[in-house]
Amino acid sequence: MKILVAIKRVVDHNVRIRVRPDGSGVETTGVRMSMNPFCKHAVEAAVQLSEAGHGDEIVIVSIGPKVANDVILTALAMGAHRGILIETDAALETLAIAKLLAKVVAEENPDIVLLGKQAVDDDSNHVGQMLAALTSRPQATFASEIKVTGQSLEVTREVDTGRETISVPLPAIVTADLRLNTPRNAALPMVMKARSKPLAVRTGAEFGVDLVPRLTVEKISPPAERVAGKTVGSVSELAAYIASEVSQMEAL
Amino acid sequence: MSVLVLADHDLGVLSPATARIIAGVSALGPVDVLVVADDATAIAQSVSTLAGVAKVLTAKGNVLADSLEVLLSGLAVRYHYVAASAGSVGKDVIPRLAAKLDLMPVTDVVAILGPNRFERPIYAGNAVQTVTDNQARHILTLRASAFRPAATGNAAPIEAIDGAVASAARLIAEHRTESDTPDLATAQIVVGGGVALGSAENFQLIENLAKKLGAAVGATRAAVDAGYAPNDWQIGQTGKIIAPDLYIAIGISGALQHLAGIQGAKKIIAINTDAEAPLVKLADVALIGDLFEIIPQLISELNQRIP
Repeated sequence: MKILVAIKRVVDHNVRIRVRPDGSGVETTGVRMSMNPFCKHAVEAAVQLSEAGHGDEIVIVSIGPKVANDVILTALAMGAHRGILIETDAALETLAIAKLLAKVVAEENPDIVLLGKQAVDDDSNHVGQMLAALTSRPQATFASEIKVTGQSLEVTREVDTGRETISVPLPAIVTADLRLNTPRNAALPMVMKARSKPLAVRTGAEFGVDLVPRLTVEKISPPAERVAGKTVGSVSELAAYIASEVSQMEAL
Repeated sequence: MSVLVLADHDLGVLSPATARIIAGVSALGPVDVLVVADDATAIAQSVSTLAGVAKVLTAKGNVLADSLEVLLSGLAVRYHYVAASAGSVGKDVIPRLAAKLDLMPVTDVVAILGPNRFERPIYAGNAVQTVTDNQARHILTLRASAFRPAATGNAAPIEAIDGAVASAARLIAEHRTESDTPDLATAQIVVGGGVALGSAENFQLIENLAKKLGAAVGATRAAVDAGYAPNDWQIGQTGKIIAPDLYIAIGISGALQHLAGIQGAKKIIAINTDAEAPLVKLADVALIGDLFEIIPQLISELNQRIP
């Protein structure tokens, strides 16, 4: 089986981001970048499927600037076999990303496409679903468990009411939730080995896809600040506060 | 400018999120609501009473993304807007539908500024994006917690349409969390617990306090990962986004991802041993101390103050 994993390079999820004062965006220069956490779970899932005998080849694809090479190398060090970087400096919308990935899926024809369920920068949670539509493949989003059963997957998904297990025939698109696995840290020899694995660099333009943004981002602003409150000294004071809040609510 | 809203429901009951989505989009135009279920009768009845609803459409079928996409893309040509709540069904189908229609969706909308101007949070709510959408049709998800529910008293007509599109996916099992507490995403009061609770048994302290207050129960991701609470109680960037009038956070330090989920809370109370915890710093009222001593005392005090 062939597994394609799409990954994104984002501002590291532990970095406290800063909105530029002119409203043009979030400061990314000089900020630590890394693989989107959900993408890491997708890579780990692919490696585990491969280790269990279900994946002959794991192909990593990322779309972004030249430096996005570093997240592909991380994925190769985790155990993926080869990488594709679609190099672009443009800030692409999820629809454009999905269209580029659909072209890669047409070329590579993987049995399973794994993606993170969302990227922690734009928080969109779109690309897997869009790719499923564009390739007319079934989808299993927010996966916390994946089992291969012959020519289909049994995927447990995290939904509003708890969890549900669905069966999807292959080829299929799966997006990873955080409880799917614990991503490994690649040991140094694997990191060294990753550098010798094949990594093809392509350009967005060569796929003949319309990459022009559909939405105009007018501005990016910081959220409303919360004003710090007071500390109370006793449980009685707190109970009095809660009781008064609750009584006001009932008055509504 | 006509709007189609996809209704959320569970076990034959309309989800409280839908009334909020309808109120949120009703300024955009007359709202038709689509209910897709094996038996949509009772749900459609509830929808028809909501203010702003012009017509309720019912279709037999399931809410798996691929079949829902086919059904919605057939209907979408008649509408300027297609909207759903940013819950698991909306998140599953709306981007899929948008791509099928060659449209870029606007999702997790928290404010509608005009017919094609929307606000949505990014970076776990640490920034807010204002976008203009000049496409021919607008495909949206809205965060239910950011909108007030529609009033009732309407009696919109109900019309059955052809649904039942086959899905490639098949539902095998549901692992549902049994709970009689209010819906977390739309509750007026939420009591949340963190890893400081130490065990699933201890987490019942949180549930007891919630019960006393008629509140929904929430948890941090760490508490869910530790097995103290089910995953659908998770509040945060990738869990549920809440906006209650009162949020009581117990033993929660306030990781960025958790704060992302509670930004809409009007009042926050924090109970924590650490006076320097981020959540204590931004709470309206904080009490520093051991939750295992505080919570039982608090429940007994509240029993006297709130009958």
